[in-house]
Amino acid sequence: MRSFEFFEPKTIGEASALLSQYGGEAELLGGGTDLIIGMKERTMTPKYVISLEHVPDLEGITYDDCDGLWVGAMTKMRAIERSSIVRERYTALAEGAEEVGSIQIRNLATLGGNIAHGSPAADTAAALLVLDAQVNIADGEAERTVPIADFFLGPGETVLQAGEILTGFSMPPRSANSGSQYLKHKIRQVMDLAFVGVATSVRLNNGAVADTKIGLAAVAPKPIRATNAEAIITGSSVNDEVLQQAAGAAASQSSPISDLRCTAEHRREIVAALTKETAATAVARAQA
Amino acid sequence: MRKHPISFTVNGDLQELFVEPRKTLLAVIRDTIGLTGTKEGCSTGDCGACTVIVDGEPVTSCMMLAVSANGKEVTTIEGISSPGELHPVQQAFLEKGGYQCGFCTPGFIMAAKALLDDNPNIPEDEMRHALGGNICRCTGYTKIVEAVLSAAETMRANA
Repeated sequence: MRSFEFFEPKTIGEASALLSQYGGEAELLGGGTDLIIGMKERTMTPKYVISLEHVPDLEGITYDDCDGLWVGAMTKMRAIERSSIVRERYTALAEGAEEVGSIQIRNLATLGGNIAHGSPAADTAAALLVLDAQVNIADGEAERTVPIADFFLGPGETVLQAGEILTGFSMPPRSANSGSQYLKHKIRQVMDLAFVGVATSVRLNNGAVADTKIGLAAVAPKPIRATNAEAIITGSSVNDEVLQQAAGAAASQSSPISDLRCTAEHRREIVAALTKETAATAVARAQA
Repeated sequence: MRKHPISFTVNGDLQELFVEPRKTLLAVIRDTIGLTGTKEGCSTGDCGACTVIVDGEPVTSCMMLAVSANGKEVTTIEGISSPGELHPVQQAFLEKGGYQCGFCTPGFIMAAKALLDDNPNIPEDEMRHALGGNICRCTGYTKIVEAVLSAAETMRANA
């Protein structure tokens, strides 16, 4: 690993000022599980590393029935998967967090880092998409909020501007008649990247599906919503035929690549299978 | 580059050091403090050989900068036995032959200890999954699993 100057700012303003000052030569340190590998492999060679570990109010999980859920950017994946409120009401997010690396990695890796890198395959991205997450961004002077669907621009690219720092995620309250699931297709059960990741959330009203959201990861240049499939499920009496149609629609809306791990055609088949399964599970969980 | 002062405990002993920010916790534990029980395998977080316990939770020490350990409590394989008595997980690995070349063993033992401290009643399938971040390239998994199950039994009895 090359040498770098290390900063431990105590406020967002200080962190943002350093980030602005050093621009492209600086990297933020969250949990470090991407940055440290990048620095070891010299794919990332920052001259300045700015740690967010001592900036207050970036870590934690809070919930109330009015404001919903807030998860700080520096919150560890392990804390998210262990949170009872996340497991119960934002299940897909707990399941996404749980798919990251190993327990040892999840004790380091943060939710903010998983998203800020802009990976199309980020395990928590599909879940955040279907749970209506808003991304909180600050630069020390101003704060802004961006819907997660608008946050990603392309592989490794996000709306974060120079000097801006992702501070957390807000999600609206979820009632007991809602349910969600995230499923990831991989070869190894642990420490593998997603071939395909699919999250579905539904809200029921008097037994009918009043709202459906389907998020796809690793099958487009950025995490996307399968809006055509959502429209098929919402308002329907969910049965096998409807799920089959929705699965086909989700597969059509995806645009996966072929690489040495998997062909695009097979990735589309997996999108269809996981869409069907996560939708059925989300409905069952909402009914439970 | 400017070195940073850090202060943390390793196996209960206070360490006050000046470290280069680019040094990983693993490098400082092995090369500066001289505790070589913790192993460097892949150095990319995949193999788990470098697992240590930081503030009660297992982490891959190759994926953590030493400066990030400032103020924390670190436990390594050298710190889990009591005088004259191995930790139940160590004892079980010994009795069940839960190692072949031994290189992955400290990481496995630390990961298993953290897991069983958290829940000594963990079902076998969940335990196998939870230890998925540790790799044995001799592929001696059967004996490792037997050792962890046996350690869990001892820890339940001692609880």
